[in-house]
Amino acid sequence: MITWLTHAKVRLALHTLRPAADGGDGGGADGAGKPLLLLHPLAMSSPATLPPEVAAWPHAVHALDFTGHGSSTVPAGGGYTAETLMADVDTALVHLGPATLCGAGLGAYVALLIAGARPQLVRGAILRDGPGLAGGSPSPTSTVIRPPDPGATSTPDPFALAELSQDVRPPDYATAYVRQALHLSGLEHPVSVCAVARPDWLAAVVAEPGVVCSDLDAALRRYA
Amino acid sequence: MTAAQTPTTYPGARAPDRTRRVDAFGVEIAVVEWGDAEAPPVLFAHGGFDFARTFDVFAPLVADAGWRVVAWDQRGHGDSEHAALYSWESDLRDAAMVLDSTTTDAVPVVGHSKGGAMMLRLANTWPHRISRVVNLDGVPSGNRMPDLAETERTRMLDEELTGWLDHRRRVAGRQRRPGTISELGERRGLMNPRLDAAWLEYLVTVGARRDPDGWRWKIDPQLRFGGFGPWRPEWSLRSIATMACPLLAVLAGQEELLGWGTLPEDVEPYAQPGTRFEMLDDAGHFVHIEQPARVAALVLEFLA
Repeated sequence: MITWLTHAKVRLALHTLRPAADGGDGGGADGAGKPLLLLHPLAMSSPATLPPEVAAWPHAVHALDFTGHGSSTVPAGGGYTAETLMADVDTALVHLGPATLCGAGLGAYVALLIAGARPQLVRGAILRDGPGLAGGSPSPTSTVIRPPDPGATSTPDPFALAELSQDVRPPDYATAYVRQALHLSGLEHPVSVCAVARPDWLAAVVAEPGVVCSDLDAALRRYA
Repeated sequence: MTAAQTPTTYPGARAPDRTRRVDAFGVEIAVVEWGDAEAPPVLFAHGGFDFARTFDVFAPLVADAGWRVVAWDQRGHGDSEHAALYSWESDLRDAAMVLDSTTTDAVPVVGHSKGGAMMLRLANTWPHRISRVVNLDGVPSGNRMPDLAETERTRMLDEELTGWLDHRRRVAGRQRRPGTISELGERRGLMNPRLDAAWLEYLVTVGARRDPDGWRWKIDPQLRFGGFGPWRPEWSLRSIATMACPLLAVLAGQEELLGWGTLPEDVEPYAQPGTRFEMLDDAGHFVHIEQPARVAALVLEFLA
């Protein structure tokens, strides 16, 4: 089931992969159980069915298509930033209420950002390997004025690929979000890293207090 | 408000001689030009929350000296299309499309504030297409980075992030607040405290649209000043060290809200031999609006 959400001029597709036991979204403060929200890697989209590796999550499971990906709007002329995708997730959190995030690749970086930006709404961020985990370098490299792929007719938006594979990710920018999450979420371990790859930003994140490295099963149990 | 009350003139201000549109991969960019269409072109880049017509006094001074001045409204600003997404990279790409639509030769560029920082990047991105850069109080330095305790930094960043996300939650379908010409001028005066009321009201008549319930700034309500992101001011300084063409940096001596407070000694370590600095001690951030004749003379001498 797809729920359509509005983020500024973009329509976002929120997929329900497993509904809450009561048939609702599974969120809110009513104790119905925290939903899990999956965030896909660069150029990918939400899975069509519940992935077996998160099936152990005891509550509702949802997945969001980022702007320019999956069933969400492809805007004209690019202009993607990881911060805009962070606001995509915020839009989903308005709908779902407090949720645990499980992001892979680019989705892992975005999960970290929103965990720091909405520490009351993110009940744990799980960071996994996947395309777009590295992003660009820690500081700007020579910019390329990229024309879009003229053969592209649907998602993923070629501008999303071009821009979100090169976004600058200084390690101390990433760790600032870890500190926000640690100081403001009330969680002892607001960030769980299940990724094996360690680009500079993630290596710095792993070294921060409040960040724990584990396998996915343990991370899911931590926040369930 | 009657037509008679609409100030459509300002001493020295002149509407562009030509307007055109450029398609930047699906986002329509409004381009304006002053001067002879056959004259050598020079690109003018405006700052954040400004628009091309803020050059209405400054640009004619350069055009009348024999240049084809080409300026454009950045996406979401002025008469350009409101885009779904905004970023530094897309602004840079839009600028490249405007340059491409103007000439295939190398051109001099003049940029104010954010536009000046963008032109430093463009000179690094397309070194073969930029012959000279004039940067009008658009060299960020690290001066404004406050030295704060961690708890204070956490609180300030939380306010930035929450404020920005809250804005995005409610911006869909929103319009800017309507008002009279003087009300919009007063509002803009909060950001431009050194500019005179007559100029600000003139800007309303070229940068706002008249709806049945009042005037509204044309700028996309989605755009908002934000103080967070991975960007670092020292990266602009690095652009100065790596660019291949001559640079004239005009710095404002009078600090104000939108300025960077950058001093020549902040930039000099990064400057290449031949870089020219002009410190205008008695001017604020909008150097070309406060002292158009003086800044135009500096630009014309540098471009000659």
